[in-house]
Amino acid sequence: MKAAVIRFPGSNCDFDMLYALQDFGIDAEILSADNNDLNDFDAVFLPGGFAYGDYLRTGAIAKFSPIMAAVIQAANDGKLVVGVCNGFQILTEAGLLPGQLQVNKVPGFICEDVELLIENPNTAFTNAYETESIMIPIAHGEGNYYADDATLAQLEDNHQIVFRYAQNPNGSAHDIAGIMNERGNVFGMMPHPERAVDAVTGNVDGQPFFKSILSEIIAGD
Amino acid sequence: MYLAKIYVTYKPSILDPQGEVIKSALTRLDYTGISQVSQGKYFEVKLDARDVEAATAEVKSFTDSLLINQNTETYRFDLSIVNEDEATL
Repeated sequence: MKAAVIRFPGSNCDFDMLYALQDFGIDAEILSADNNDLNDFDAVFLPGGFAYGDYLRTGAIAKFSPIMAAVIQAANDGKLVVGVCNGFQILTEAGLLPGQLQVNKVPGFICEDVELLIENPNTAFTNAYETESIMIPIAHGEGNYYADDATLAQLEDNHQIVFRYAQNPNGSAHDIAGIMNERGNVFGMMPHPERAVDAVTGNVDGQPFFKSILSEIIAGD
Repeated sequence: MYLAKIYVTYKPSILDPQGEVIKSALTRLDYTGISQVSQGKYFEVKLDARDVEAATAEVKSFTDSLLINQNTETYRFDLSIVNEDEATL
């Protein structure tokens, strides 16, 4: 099992994601967004940051980078595709997840630990959690999830909402912090589980996120 | 050569947090009659096309695919004929 962490120009959480994956024994490496082939990889991670300076809109330029055709192919092949923060924004811009991340309801960059409710514990990203709520840091200026009413109803009906904010920090519709596609292999969230895996940071609530992914990948092998 | 002036705005149903902040700042500056502020984006694109229909089709195509996010944004544009070195704005 091998995982790729995609580095876009302007990614800044690529090493955090790499270290978190390696902490759980996952064979991971950083791959430039200039590549166009993910055939050697079983899972793909789009890290946080400001890809292409977030020019135009967050993720708007990144969605046309060479790697994205391969990311879409990986998603269609049923491989795990995970986007955190800027990675989530890129996945929505690319159409792999519905909706859009807008400027926070009260404009400004929010950097704090927030409580997340595990809305769907039966996913490839949450199956190792034994609690119903966790603390995970957020760090974003554009985390305000928007989708039209029909899309939101579909997300609710299909249990695609994986994490919700206990106290909505950014105006997200339906308190959404993380969603997956209908098939359950493409996932995006604004909070940063990769920043909550090491005890020295004072918070290990991100560990079961990676344990869940690991068990899913092993089960898929 | 054609010049497209493209005006991007939020769809009416979409909350515009930046517009709201600007509105409250204007109110603080004693502009008491401000009832609404919305913030959009403005693009100028020069392009070659064989005729105005082709230019119109191309502007719509690249605006839909890159310049806007159709979840929340809409746009209108003006098209005119210009010389390559002509200053815009």
